[in-house]
Amino acid sequence: MIAPQDAGSEPADVAVIGAGVVGSAIARLLSGYQLDVTLLDARDDVGDGTSKANTAILHTGFDAAPGTLESRLVAEGYHLLKDYADRTGIPYEPTGAVLVAWDAEQLAALPGLREKAERNGYRETEIIDADEVYRRIPALGPGALGGLTVPDESIICTWTATLALATDAVNRGARLRRAHRVSSVRRESEYTVLHTNAGEVRARWVVNAAGLGSDTIDALFGFDRFQLHPRRGELLVYDKQARSLVDPIVLPVPSKLGKGVLISPTIYGNVMLGPTAEDREDREDSSTSADGFAFLRDKGERIMPALLDEEVTASYAGLRAASNLGDYLIEVDDRQRYAVAGGIRSTGLTSSMAVAEYLVDQLGKAGLRLTERTALPAPPRMPNIGEAGLRPYADAERIARDPEYGTVTCFCERVTRGEIRDALHSTIPPRDLGGLRRRTRAMNGRCQGFYCGATVTGMLAEAINEEPADAPANEEESR
Amino acid sequence: MTAARARLEPDVAIVGGGPAGLRAARELAPAVSGAVLVLDRESRAGGIPRHCAHTGFGIRDERRMFGGPAYATRMVRAAERAGAVLRSSAMVTGWSATGGLEVTSPDGLFEVHARAVVVATGARERPRSARMIPGDRADGVYTTGYLQNMVHLQERAVGRRAVIVGSELVSWSAVLTLRHAGCETVLMTSEQPRVEAYSLFSLPGKHLLRVPVRTSTRVTRIIGSPRVRAVEIEESPSGNRTTIPCDTVVLTGDWIPDNELFRSAGIALDPATRGPVVDTELRTDRPGLFAAGNVLHPVDTADIAALDGVQVAAGVLDYLAEQRRDGQHVRITADQPLRWIAPMIQRVGARPPARKRLLAWVDGYVPFPKVVARQGGRVIAQRRLPWPAVPGRVFRIPSEMLSGARPDGGEVRISLG
Repeated sequence: MIAPQDAGSEPADVAVIGAGVVGSAIARLLSGYQLDVTLLDARDDVGDGTSKANTAILHTGFDAAPGTLESRLVAEGYHLLKDYADRTGIPYEPTGAVLVAWDAEQLAALPGLREKAERNGYRETEIIDADEVYRRIPALGPGALGGLTVPDESIICTWTATLALATDAVNRGARLRRAHRVSSVRRESEYTVLHTNAGEVRARWVVNAAGLGSDTIDALFGFDRFQLHPRRGELLVYDKQARSLVDPIVLPVPSKLGKGVLISPTIYGNVMLGPTAEDREDREDSSTSADGFAFLRDKGERIMPALLDEEVTASYAGLRAASNLGDYLIEVDDRQRYAVAGGIRSTGLTSSMAVAEYLVDQLGKAGLRLTERTALPAPPRMPNIGEAGLRPYADAERIARDPEYGTVTCFCERVTRGEIRDALHSTIPPRDLGGLRRRTRAMNGRCQGFYCGATVTGMLAEAINEEPADAPANEEESR
Repeated sequence: MTAARARLEPDVAIVGGGPAGLRAARELAPAVSGAVLVLDRESRAGGIPRHCAHTGFGIRDERRMFGGPAYATRMVRAAERAGAVLRSSAMVTGWSATGGLEVTSPDGLFEVHARAVVVATGARERPRSARMIPGDRADGVYTTGYLQNMVHLQERAVGRRAVIVGSELVSWSAVLTLRHAGCETVLMTSEQPRVEAYSLFSLPGKHLLRVPVRTSTRVTRIIGSPRVRAVEIEESPSGNRTTIPCDTVVLTGDWIPDNELFRSAGIALDPATRGPVVDTELRTDRPGLFAAGNVLHPVDTADIAALDGVQVAAGVLDYLAEQRRDGQHVRITADQPLRWIAPMIQRVGARPPARKRLLAWVDGYVPFPKVVARQGGRVIAQRRLPWPAVPGRVFRIPSEMLSGARPDGGEVRISLG
């Protein structure tokens, strides 16, 4: 079943390990040059690791540590990703944010945060008094003393962002190989051979963007320069009926323990409460816990008591890659023709495209020949799954052209049969229910499949059965 | 939004083609001059009975016993024969700025302006997330609705060993569905302390279906990825935890009304049912907007929902004939151990509720309940009922108990003495 040697395909110029948001951005950028690029991921889908379960905020970088690479790349990445979102239709909403101070110490910290934002190149923040805080967020619980506004913080669809970048990479000729977990590497004179559970992949250059696995992959190349540990963040997503309670993102004043618990609208029209921050050992364990729920409810009760009267639509846990370094590690080893983008923590969604530019620039300096391709395909136009934009169920012209867009299949999220069909036949089709849910929102709503679960899983099963069963996993996605 | 919405102007629009909506349509279609339009978002109307393969439907409304799908078909045909227009795959997505219903269907977008609107959208079971059951993100966790759609409508396989959470009437329906699908129910858990209290089904259920039931037990964790491998359960008051291997979990009962259209219309919701506040003629506080079925009382059996349809039709006809009901009224509320009561308002001169029964939900088992109605602290009626109050199904209270209420005497509180 497992091919001992991936004889069917040519060695790549560059193999990118990790099809999260950072790896996909790197693969997309590299495949804009005359390079043969392979994008590998251990999991069954792109964006199925740390990229899928973050707080989905497009950060201005106002609170980064000034002078770090992270600060610079978040600030640059903000504009790059926003511009790319405009071109591809990745949903985002410029909601703005308010940091709320609940005690004298937090209130006293606001001027420092404002100054820090300016050192990070962000000058739009403003300190507001308690009355103004309540004017902006009337549902806030009692006791707020003041706040700091960050008008350009935005919410964005992290699922579509990764998918757009990966789709763009594939359209530009990159070979995507999902379910290829790299277990060891072997150096040959001209190539590095990556051993995976689904065969070998050869490449002249290797880029490690393996997220939570990036320190492990780095060690396979003989390095011992950073360690990651998984930090579990649990989140509660409240019913859309709560959406009117929250307009700007409600941020806590950051402490040494992290950014704390926030309340944010989601791009799908819900309200999110979280995350927790708990250091864990297991890098695969994304389970939720009774303690986490209790902690979040306790926090939520104080920040916005009215929120807790609403139904919980979803709960999930994401693992962030917490690094022992205080900054991103983006370096190229020209001797091994190997590059790493490691320690990219939760800010990586915002910084992804800037990380890609920085890393590819480094690769060029290290000898990778970067010759621009002419006639690149246009960036993909992604289906809008954001609540704010026009969606197919409300688009008369679209329904007139194809009645499948008028057949609402998932009632709670108003996902039509046409959208599910499109996702199942897209450039990077989902292989499991999670993948279909991330592409369409189907089954993500308040009933969690009570009404549509059987229909949606049926459509998925049918589409998967259509695929030839005997195709080797590592050829299926070759172009 | 794109403008092009075709405008429809029936006399009555009914949102939801389950037993309540279909029965209301059947009553109204011959009685009004204009059209009666039923909008159902499923590909086929009929509601929940479509995927309940067991019998027991139609007893109190049709005076005969049917299986769920046959009952659904009968209700659809009867509404159509009566002259109602049924549109399936037609989902009401909200209210337009001018108060019309916005509808998406394969035939395009519509805006429906009716003289009267009946919302009969039913109720759904709370899923795992709303119950806040922690653990792994596992496939194989269903609500009964999801399970029955899978097995009876899509004819798909589920697992081999199931744990059923809850022991309401619907939980035994889940046992039957699992058995049909070749899946053994290895355990049913209930947070209630007494097994004999669950339902009429539990004794025959326990013996005929051989389902082990654990009382005072809740599921504390779901284990397994990508598919469920086990659940962790906790007994109270000991707090002892055990792991039960299984590959399927069915979360049953714990209903919440599909109340979105009421909430987005700014209609007051009852804090206990989470459905709209209605009077005995099933009027909401917005003139011309009515509710019927399990969106009001989550949940009663299909025949009772259908009889709500008869009740609401009478109220709609009065409204269309411009008979006002704006006299004095009293609010009816439930006190412990009753969780909720419906309908919630009695008006002077209005009809009594359907079947002259108030519907209530109880959190503990009471074998010979004494119902007490108080107004302003004064007992206005008390009566011992010959039927028990049982958690997991509706408890019925004769509405004559309200006859002593003074229209100006304020709220009437109903409890068990």
